[in-house]
Amino acid sequence: MSIYNYIYKKKYLFHPLKPERSDAFSWTQVQRFSWKIPPNNMESCPSIKNILLLDSEGKRVAVKYYSDDWPTNTAKETFEKAVFTKTQKTNARTEAEVAMFENCIIVYKFVQDLHFFVTGGEDENELILATVLQGFFDAVGLLLRGNADKKEALENLDLILLCLDEIVDGGIILETDANVIAGKVASNSLDAGAPLSEQTISQALATAREHLTRSLLK
Amino acid sequence: MAQPLVKKDDDRDDEAEYSPFLGIEKGAVLQEARVFNDPQLDPRRCSQVITKLLYLLNQGESFTKVEATEVFFAVTKLFQSRDIGLRRMVYLMIKELSPSADEVIIVTSSLMKDMNSKTDMYRANAIRVLCRITDGTLLTQIERYLKQAIVDKNPVVASAALVSGIHLLQTNPEIVKRWSNEVQEAVQSRAALVQFHALALLHQIRQNDRLAVSKLVTSLTRGTVRSPLAQCLLIRYTSQVIRESGSTQTGDRPFYDFLEGCLRHKAEMVIFEAARAITELNGVTSRELTPAITVLQLFLSSSKPVLRFAAVRTLNKVAMTHPMAVTNCNIDMESLISDQNRSIATLAITTLLKTGNESSVDRLMKQITNFMSDIADEFKIVVVEAIRSLCLKFPLKYRSLMNFLSNILREEGGFEYKKAIVDSIVILIRDIPDAKESGLLHLCEFIEDCEFTYLSTQILHFLGIEGPKTSDPSKYIRYIYNRVHLENATVRASAVSTLAKFGALVDSLKPRIFVLLRRCLFDSDDEVRDRATLYINTLGGDGSVVETDKDVKDFLFGSLDLPLVNLETSLKTYEPSEEPFDINSVPKEIKSQPLAEKKAPGKKPTGLGAPPAAPISTVDAYEKLFSSIPEFANFGKLFKSSAPVELTEAETEYSVNAVKHIFDSNVVFQYNCTNTIPDQLLENVTVIVDSSEAEEFAEVLSKPIRSLPYDTPGQTFVAFEKPEGVPAVGKFSNMLKFIVKEVDPTTGETEDDGVEDEYQLEDLEVVAADYMLKVGVSNFRNAWESMGDDFERVDEYGLGPRESLAEAVSAVINLLGMQPCEGTKNVTSDQLMRGTW
Repeated sequence: MSIYNYIYKKKYLFHPLKPERSDAFSWTQVQRFSWKIPPNNMESCPSIKNILLLDSEGKRVAVKYYSDDWPTNTAKETFEKAVFTKTQKTNARTEAEVAMFENCIIVYKFVQDLHFFVTGGEDENELILATVLQGFFDAVGLLLRGNADKKEALENLDLILLCLDEIVDGGIILETDANVIAGKVASNSLDAGAPLSEQTISQALATAREHLTRSLLK
Repeated sequence: MAQPLVKKDDDRDDEAEYSPFLGIEKGAVLQEARVFNDPQLDPRRCSQVITKLLYLLNQGESFTKVEATEVFFAVTKLFQSRDIGLRRMVYLMIKELSPSADEVIIVTSSLMKDMNSKTDMYRANAIRVLCRITDGTLLTQIERYLKQAIVDKNPVVASAALVSGIHLLQTNPEIVKRWSNEVQEAVQSRAALVQFHALALLHQIRQNDRLAVSKLVTSLTRGTVRSPLAQCLLIRYTSQVIRESGSTQTGDRPFYDFLEGCLRHKAEMVIFEAARAITELNGVTSRELTPAITVLQLFLSSSKPVLRFAAVRTLNKVAMTHPMAVTNCNIDMESLISDQNRSIATLAITTLLKTGNESSVDRLMKQITNFMSDIADEFKIVVVEAIRSLCLKFPLKYRSLMNFLSNILREEGGFEYKKAIVDSIVILIRDIPDAKESGLLHLCEFIEDCEFTYLSTQILHFLGIEGPKTSDPSKYIRYIYNRVHLENATVRASAVSTLAKFGALVDSLKPRIFVLLRRCLFDSDDEVRDRATLYINTLGGDGSVVETDKDVKDFLFGSLDLPLVNLETSLKTYEPSEEPFDINSVPKEIKSQPLAEKKAPGKKPTGLGAPPAAPISTVDAYEKLFSSIPEFANFGKLFKSSAPVELTEAETEYSVNAVKHIFDSNVVFQYNCTNTIPDQLLENVTVIVDSSEAEEFAEVLSKPIRSLPYDTPGQTFVAFEKPEGVPAVGKFSNMLKFIVKEVDPTTGETEDDGVEDEYQLEDLEVVAADYMLKVGVSNFRNAWESMGDDFERVDEYGLGPRESLAEAVSAVINLLGMQPCEGTKNVTSDQLMRGTW
């Protein structure tokens, strides 16, 4: 280090908002300065803690957790049970309902024997959560061709899981439009690659039926 | 009966409990997973097996390491199939299995191929999977493709890359930060969700650069942001910029117009986000609040519960700081008391309790009484707390409120709920003298039929303190003595103590108390008998009515002025020996360790720039330190160590902070120095202290640091003598003196000859607060009365103009270094402080 730089550095008082000098030192100063501000947490971006799809007894149909608030499966199940008992008696069939619980906001909606839940942090915008819930709810409705119940959901569990995968990625909202979500999931179910000769009769029938329903769906 | 997933089959039973996964077993499914290895892949069957595996994982089943590895390798074979549906399931499975680093390598090439495939669905998903499982080294290889993907014309691909970028920023920030140009381009995208993801990523890349964030917000608030989600983000960033720009400007707030404009957005989530942002502005004026409140008021009568909830929750928060602004909504709020959703109803009631005026209290109470019967305990607690603060606000209304509390106390309820009620009554009794007698009677009635031992003992203790001071103490005796007959041993023991307190304070009751206490001598429980014996003896229970002397009162009513935690640790370390346990050896300092621990992780990311976390700020650590340095061994017992005081700006080349250690007749300054220049080595580091402005101090010795290499904290000490026992104060100016030697950063060699140099530090002051120990006092009044006038010092301090009372209080606390007592830290008037010196 030259003696000039040494003196310069000593006397130089860095001001964060002044335009930076074009020498190496001011650059390191800028870098250092940036560390001083505490890293902003993810919370400035709307985030989802979990999405739950439970049946009428509170058992899992499909769940997905995006936060570490519930580290073990037992913790998850306790949470689900608590959420289920708390919301069980409410009427969330026409409009999505909302509850606060363990420092979380939970929005939920029921149809037949399926209970849909979306959980976010306590400072989260409830309406954003409700939008995600509506997207999930409607997408499942579309994918199950209107008769959304537990039996149908389990029989098409692959679709439900893909649907969850398309809505939220690692807590960040990917898509909220039910039609787009369902479209993305459904386009995957086509057996495009398999040659017909390899299919059994029943498979071929099923494929044909699916093709039909897809075209009806569109 | 692990039947494969069958689509609608006619011969299926009509059992209610039908499930395609009925009787599914992990072992069987793992066996089935062998079909993945077939040379002729059957995509449908493979999909079904994967679904089953995912079902098992989803139900909470876990795979062992071996099982997971086996499944993972089998699944990778499925990349051979060109079936889209199967491929999607493969992606999902890989994400669920989250393979270890050495396994990832197997799928990397397949995924990279998919990333460049023509099918957008493949590309988007391959990016998400790859970014989920990748590590830094691989990331540099695929960085080029990711950058391309960010600006891809297909929104699904772009979003996938952007969201992956947000996740990767946590682990590999230096790489993601290089994508800033592409991300910036994506912010202008037509696709709504792409814009949202790009904005989130761009902000996170720049979040440490205030100027850049401010520029970003300025440019975007002028332009048009299409997606409602992106608009919500922008509102959050805007309020962050407003917050950070601080209160330097007066007049119009920057960006307020933008927030207000968002109130007229067509998406409800944007309207709400903007309204909430406005209500949370620092020092928001009522003129600024009005439009936001108006919007929220509209939401209150919405048909959607989520909207009503969001609005009432925000209004509830506003009511804490600006109750007047919310009064306009009171009518809408009252109709919400009967809302189906109990969360909404509770929030509405608590808001009304905050905004209500004295005349509306009675009407409200009537409504609440009907409402209380059909809500859950946790909501009741919220209501009880709201009523407590209402009662403190309108002391004249205590009668109806106290009645309400006693009524609900009699009803069914869990422990937390009852505790909240009892706590409220106790607080009301303490703060509203008129309410004392009726409140105590309510409590007495409650313990007649109380199933919670904890509450009974608390109430008995409270009765012992407050009861004897009432006009007719004798009427409480019956309630207390009933406990001795009817309750469990814990309650009986505390009832005995309470009886003794009555006996000590009310001389006329003494003979009768003795009779009762003697009966307790025949109790079946040891503790009860012990207590009874002890009290009979201390009160002079030989039948003669004697004046209770001061020692006895001290014993019965004086609080143990030791933190119980410290007593517990001291007792644990005490070994039975000839020497009896000395209660004076228990440290009185309240340890703030948990707080320090909480702060520590927060400090870490600040890295080199921040001063190294000072040695743990507990007395123990310092005491150990001093006992290890022979020069300080004869200074005696350390009285107090201050928190570190920064003597340099945070970003300078040498960072120094000082800790003041107070001994009986000495003061030691500990300077924690850190050299933050990589190519320098400091030697013989001392601090030259000029004590000309501190006359009572005389320097006795100084202990230098031999050598201070880069980024390794070292400590130098300077010790002073001061008159013993006198809290001398003074100001010291400091100069860091050292020899600089250049270090070659590549070889680490040090040059032989160094240059002597000095570095000016900021002044250090020894103030009265350094001689104060924070002592927690559980019962201030007793302690205060027992101290007498000899210890009282009245002094006036100029606090200067303070923005709020809370700020002034914290200023007083810092200035005097005392412990605020009985939660007066949060009360608005009549601040009481004490400390020992």
